[in-house]
Amino acid sequence: MGSHEIDPAFAALPYRRLADVALARCQDFGVDHADFRFERVRYQHVSVRDGQLQGAEDTDDLGFAVRVLLDGAWGFAAGVVLTTDEAVRVAESAINVARVAAPMTRRPVQLAPEPVYDDVTWCSSYDVNPFDVALADKVELLAGWTSRLIGAPGVDHAAGSLQQVQENKFYADLAGTRATQQRVRLEPYVEAFGTHPTSGAFDSMRTLAPPAGRGWEYLTGAHFDFDAELATIPELLAEKLAAPSVEAGSYDLVIHPSNLWLTIHESIGHATELDRALGYEANYAGTSFATPDQLGTLQYGSELMHVTGDRTVEHGLATVGYDDEGVQAQSWDLIRDGVLVGYQLDRSMAHSYGAQLNDGRSNGCAYADSPSHVPIQRMANVSLQPAPDGPDTDGLIDQVERGIYVVGDRSWSIDMQRYNFQFTGQRFYRIEHGRLTGQLRDVAYQATTTDFWRSMSAVGGPQTYELGGAFNCGKAQPGQVASVSHGCPSAVFRGVRILNTREEI
Amino acid sequence: MAQTTPQDLAEQALAVPTSEQCIVIVHDTHAANLRWANNTLTTNGVMHGMQVSVIALDGPRSASVSGSAWNPDQVADLVGAADAAVRDASPAEDVAPLVEGAAAEDWTDAPGETGIAVFERFATELGQAFESAEAQRRILYGFVSHDVTTTYLASSTGLRLRHEQPTGHYGCTGKPADLSASAWVGGATRDFGDVSALDMFDRLTTRLGWAGRSVDLPAGRYDTVLPPTAVADLMIDAYWGAGARVAHEGQSVYSRPGGGTRIGELMVDEHVRLYSDPSYAGLQAAPFVVDATSSNTSSVYDNGLPLSKTDWIADGRLAALLQTRHTAAMTGQPITPAIDNLVLEIAGATDDESELVAGVDDGLLLTCLWYIREVDPQTMLLTGLTRDGVYRVEGGEVTGVVNNFRFNESPVDLLRRFTAASTTVPSFSREWGDDYFSRTATPALRVPDFNMSSVSQAL
Repeated sequence: MGSHEIDPAFAALPYRRLADVALARCQDFGVDHADFRFERVRYQHVSVRDGQLQGAEDTDDLGFAVRVLLDGAWGFAAGVVLTTDEAVRVAESAINVARVAAPMTRRPVQLAPEPVYDDVTWCSSYDVNPFDVALADKVELLAGWTSRLIGAPGVDHAAGSLQQVQENKFYADLAGTRATQQRVRLEPYVEAFGTHPTSGAFDSMRTLAPPAGRGWEYLTGAHFDFDAELATIPELLAEKLAAPSVEAGSYDLVIHPSNLWLTIHESIGHATELDRALGYEANYAGTSFATPDQLGTLQYGSELMHVTGDRTVEHGLATVGYDDEGVQAQSWDLIRDGVLVGYQLDRSMAHSYGAQLNDGRSNGCAYADSPSHVPIQRMANVSLQPAPDGPDTDGLIDQVERGIYVVGDRSWSIDMQRYNFQFTGQRFYRIEHGRLTGQLRDVAYQATTTDFWRSMSAVGGPQTYELGGAFNCGKAQPGQVASVSHGCPSAVFRGVRILNTREEI
Repeated sequence: MAQTTPQDLAEQALAVPTSEQCIVIVHDTHAANLRWANNTLTTNGVMHGMQVSVIALDGPRSASVSGSAWNPDQVADLVGAADAAVRDASPAEDVAPLVEGAAAEDWTDAPGETGIAVFERFATELGQAFESAEAQRRILYGFVSHDVTTTYLASSTGLRLRHEQPTGHYGCTGKPADLSASAWVGGATRDFGDVSALDMFDRLTTRLGWAGRSVDLPAGRYDTVLPPTAVADLMIDAYWGAGARVAHEGQSVYSRPGGGTRIGELMVDEHVRLYSDPSYAGLQAAPFVVDATSSNTSSVYDNGLPLSKTDWIADGRLAALLQTRHTAAMTGQPITPAIDNLVLEIAGATDDESELVAGVDDGLLLTCLWYIREVDPQTMLLTGLTRDGVYRVEGGEVTGVVNNFRFNESPVDLLRRFTAASTTVPSFSREWGDDYFSRTATPALRVPDFNMSSVSQAL
């Protein structure tokens, strides 16, 4: 995958020398395991408002970390001074932390075995690295988009944002694995704001283009038609501002991938993280109702439901060659025929569950978002598979007598065991007798995860499948942020509770 | 090789730019943490980082480049990148004269530090707490974090400012071995001298004891006491949503229908005062603006502007919104930049939280809120969930534990509807305290009709 070479500026950094001295120092203490991770993560964020540049910031996060297992306890230390003396000092700090931790580590940590990968290299798939494009070109593009919108009737203001990331990592461990990687991703959006001329109500309408593991070509029309979408936004916003408020009650929903990806993320992606199910996130992000004792028996959703975990899909935001424990990327089933059959794992969890899961091997879900953070189990690209001969979205809408068609994401919230959720969206259309009859306002849908997925009565075909995703998935203490993609088709859900958000105050 | 000091890095950055003016921000951070789950330590570590931001200014253009840096070559690279970016930039809308000034007295002081030793007493006690929990068939999950970030701000106008910011917090969740209930305690600290793992465990034991009786209640509106932690959870959203520009442009709850902000309007109960004060005892925050990039609520040109006590709501009236010099000119209001702490006070409140509970005949006492997100900016309707302990209050006493709920409420509306309040105490937002905003002081509030929109099965 990917034909690019590792950024020469990264390749010139002294990571191999630092790794050698740090790992050698760890070996002096007879550790059970030691790994060294060197990262350079480049960020650029450009924001515009009403045709003018609002802010442009470049950030370059560069440093390294040493993690050790000593007498069954983890020790971790990180630094930014790129000298061999400092690499030794950081290694010794990690050893010291493990010694402090040992008396309070009541269950020794062990790692599932993993083959050694001898100096492998992997690069994600893209055409033009966005960091090779002049800032002026980016500002011109985004400012032009917002200028076009505020020139349209009914649009008072418009804001745009572009986030770009280039992530380089070098991983080395005492077993002998050496992996060097490069990933590129970006997230664009434009949002128009308007006010109804008589009611005074205000609202907004945002582009649906998802973040992607692609390069600058994504913004220039090669993979998403931004021009066409921008042209529709003023009219969609005007219709939304004039739309009637929804009547609260129970409705059948047809949910477009631009909204359903986020429901998958919250109610399946996080629920099938084994660290959550085992309590390791109980004080922060929470646990999961989908506990390991239910593996193979929990009827998660309807029999139409086939969900995969995948760290290999091209252009996925969580796609890698090797994870942050040196495990090669994989794809596997999480839910098959509606039944829970798998979890997301790192090496310590894979060991603790033995051969029950993935033959006792990690499925490559360890990730740290910065050189100063410890790798934890993070989400693979978790996707709902389409029905091979399924209908298109119109065909799904045709199956609904009285319902609502949901497009685009907006507000999201779910409890700490992933049962009760509430989502809104960009646009909600009333469905009457299989036909759309205009937008509705003030809509939120609320459900329990298993009730919702068991109510899925139809799944769209491959022609409806889209890869959505997020740049900002939060987890862990100290907090870490990860990017992840979720593919899905359009789908039909029966009898879902709809709130009128205006009636909630 | 000796490490270059943060002050040296700042001066080196200012010595080499080709742009007309330059601002340099150096953050030196030392951090340490311990994390535990299932009565055993899990991940833990120590970190040291040095982040340098170079803001190049050329006529009406600005550009900001930040990166990890510890030697002159790396700083020179950052300056070169910023200089290149500013030549490439379009005119900034918030352009303004840079703040003038000289070197502060503490400019030459070394950065503050912390390390794993800050937890020495706490860690020993935590080991004892694990043993007690095992003996009582209870499970502990938690996290402690301490960092010291020293910020050095220097500009080509001669301004040299330094601020040392310790930030610490603790949080611990306890469950019985059968996972049938959950309780949480947590708080903020500057140095961990005032945090005891044994005291933390005792408080959890009390709360888990309340779970001896379990009651299922349906969704509905309940007479509810929100403790200071839950009030902090909600007030931070009210504060973050108080951007002047967005309000002025008609896109927030602080917007006046037809245009402009609601500054001056009576928005909430007349006893309410919401303010920030960089010198508030125990919640001390940076007394000057530090912004590496411009946004709706920040401007790089404002770096170094002094910050002082600022009322956001006074006597129930909207008094100010988050203003840069740019937005202040736009809205015709005073310059009131964001400050990194928040205090809510209710005039005349004398009770403590337990006295508020004693006044409830049939209602609920929450612990904290979670996964709070904005549903409707026009009303600032928020949704979220109760977490780790909702308690039934009958006849003024806690009589059992209740299932969790999803709520839909507006913090602005709650400040209009509450019927009783306690005195203001240091608090800690469960939702936002860990990573974003830990310096809050809030009262408990009693809200007679808090909207529990649906039941959550989560334990």
